Amino acid sequence: MEQLLGILREMHPETDFETETNLVDDGILASFDIVMLITRIEEEFDVVIPAKDIVPENFNSANALYALIQKIAEQDD
Amino acid sequence: MLFPSWAFLLFLAVLVPVYFLVPKRIQWIVLLLANAVFVCFAGVLGAVFLVVTVITVYAATRMFDASFARQKETLAAMKATHTKEERKSMRLRFEKRRRIVLVLTLVLNFGILFALKYGAAIGRISANLFGTEAFGQELALTMGISFYTFSTVGYLFDVYRESIPAEKNPFRLALFTSFFPLLVQGPITRFETVGRELSKPHSFDGRRFLSASLRIAWGYWKKLIVADRLLVAVRTLCAKPDAYRGGFILVEMLLYAACLYADFTGGIDITIGVGEMLGVTVEENFFRPYFSKNIAEYWRRWHITLGEWFKRYVYYPLSVSKPMRDLSKNTRRFGAGVSRRVPVYLATILVWALTGIWHGSNLTFLVWGLLNGIVILLSEELKPLYARFHVRFPKLTESTFYRGFTVIRTVLLLSSLRILDCYDSVGKAFSAFFSMFTTWNWGAVVNGGIQSLGLSCTDYAIAFLGVLAMFTLSMVQRKGAIRKRIMKRGTVFSVCVLLVLIGTILIFGRYGFGFDASQFIYNRF
Repeated sequence: MEQLLGILREMHPETDFETETNLVDDGILASFDIVMLITRIEEEFDVVIPAKDIVPENFNSANALYALIQKIAEQDD
Repeated sequence: MLFPSWAFLLFLAVLVPVYFLVPKRIQWIVLLLANAVFVCFAGVLGAVFLVVTVITVYAATRMFDASFARQKETLAAMKATHTKEERKSMRLRFEKRRRIVLVLTLVLNFGILFALKYGAAIGRISANLFGTEAFGQELALTMGISFYTFSTVGYLFDVYRESIPAEKNPFRLALFTSFFPLLVQGPITRFETVGRELSKPHSFDGRRFLSASLRIAWGYWKKLIVADRLLVAVRTLCAKPDAYRGGFILVEMLLYAACLYADFTGGIDITIGVGEMLGVTVEENFFRPYFSKNIAEYWRRWHITLGEWFKRYVYYPLSVSKPMRDLSKNTRRFGAGVSRRVPVYLATILVWALTGIWHGSNLTFLVWGLLNGIVILLSEELKPLYARFHVRFPKLTESTFYRGFTVIRTVLLLSSLRILDCYDSVGKAFSAFFSMFTTWNWGAVVNGGIQSLGLSCTDYAIAFLGVLAMFTLSMVQRKGAIRKRIMKRGTVFSVCVLLVLIGTILIFGRYGFGFDASQFIYNRF
C-alpha cells in the first residue's frame, strides 16, 4: 500500500490519498493520470489492469485501487 | 419530426396520456410503438438501419452470454481431468469465437454509419483522384444515427466484457435503441441505466410532469429565442469567408459559441424533459461547460456522454492493450518519462482524431479533433509550470479575476478551434482565424457590418438578453438545481414560471410563417 501511495503522491503531491475517496468523481485523477498510473502499476507491481476494470469505483480511492491490484494479482496466480 | 414542430408537440400530447392510461405491463409496448412512429417519420431507410443494428447486436450479445455459460461449464468439467495449460487453451478458444462475433458486429454497424456519413465524401475524393464519376449520395437522414449506434454498441461492449448480462427480449433492446427523444442528438446512454428503466412500469406524477415541462420549455426557449436567431448571423458570416474577415471573425466566434450552446443544451433539455415526463431518467450531457478553466475540463463538462463513451470503449482499452504496453516497454531506453507517456499520447491523439471524424467527413473536423488533442496534451505537460506559478503568486491565482481570466481564455481558445467547423476547408478556416490579427476593420464591423448579417437591432437585443439569462441561470445553478428551487415555491409559482417561458417563446421565438424551424446543429453529427 505504501508503494502505491508513493506513486500517487508523486503524481499529485497536494492530495491526501489516505483520506480522499472521490479521486475520479472530483476530477483529481483525470483520464491522463489514470493511464499513467496504470503504466506505473504494471512497472512496479507487475499487474495489468484490464480495460473493464477501469471504472471510477476502482480509482476513487487508494484503498479501492489497492484492492483491485491485489485481486488481479491473486487471479494471475 | 423536428422537436421544434407542431407535429412533435401533438405526438407528445397523444403519447403521454396514452402511456399513463394503459395498463402498466404494456406501457413499454406503447413506448416501443411510439418509437416506431417517430422512426418511420424520419424515413423508412433510417428505420431499416436501426432494425439491422438491433438484430445484429441482439444476436451477438445472446451469443456472448451463451458462450460465457458454456465456457464456465466446460472449464469446470475440465478442472479435475485437464492441466492448467489445457484449460487456458480452451478459454482462449471461447474468447476467440466471441472476439470474431464482436468484430463482425462492429464492422457491420460502424460500416452502416461510415457509409451513411462518409460515403458521399469518399465518392468525391475518388472522383478527384481517379477522374471517375462521383458515387455515393448525401442521405438526408433526420435521425442522429451515430447517437443510437454508439449507445447500442456500448451495450454490445458491456456484454462482451461480461460487465452486464444480455437482454433476453429483443423488443426491449429495440425499445432502448429507438427511444425517440435520444434519436435527435443523443445523449449517448447506457443500457444498464436508461435501457432497464425504459422497460419498467411508471406511474403518473403531477409534480414530475410540471418539473419536466419546465425543463422542456427552457429547452425550447434557448433553441427558438437564442439559437435559431443567432444561427442566421453565423450562417451569413460563414457563407462569405472573403467578405467577412478581421473583426467579423471574433464576432463569428462569439456568436457561434452562444448559438451552439443554446442549440445543443436546449435540445438536450427537451430530451431529458421528455424522458422525465415518461418517468425515465436520461443522463445529463452538460455541466456548465463555459465555466471551465481549461480545455480538458471543458471536455469533461460538454457533451459528457460522448467523452465518456470514447474513454470507456476506446481510450482506456487502447491504452492498456498489449501492443501499447509492449510499445511502452520498448521505449523505456529513452527514459521512464517517455515510455509512460507513449500510451497516453498515442491514445489521446487517436481518440481525438476519431472524435473529429465522428463530427463529419470533412478534413476540417479531423484537424479540429487533432488540435483539441494537442492542446490537451500541451496543457498536461505545462501543469508543473502552472503549479509553480500558483505557488509563486498565490494571491493572484486564487483571485476571482484570475479565475475569470482562465474561463474567458478557455472560451476563446475553444471558439478559435471551432472556426474549423464553420468553413469547408482548413485553409479558409486558418485564413479567417489569422485575419483577426492582420485585418483591422472594427470600424466596418461596428458601422453597419453587424447589421448586415440578417438580424435587426431588436434581434440582437433579444439574443443578448437571452444569452444574459442563460449566463445568469448558470451562475445561479452553482448554488443548486434551479428547477428544484422553483418547484419548492409551490405549484402556482411553478406554473407561472412555465407560462412566462411559453409566453416569451410565443412572442420572441423564431417560428411560424416566414421562419424555418431548424434541425439541431448536433443532429448532423
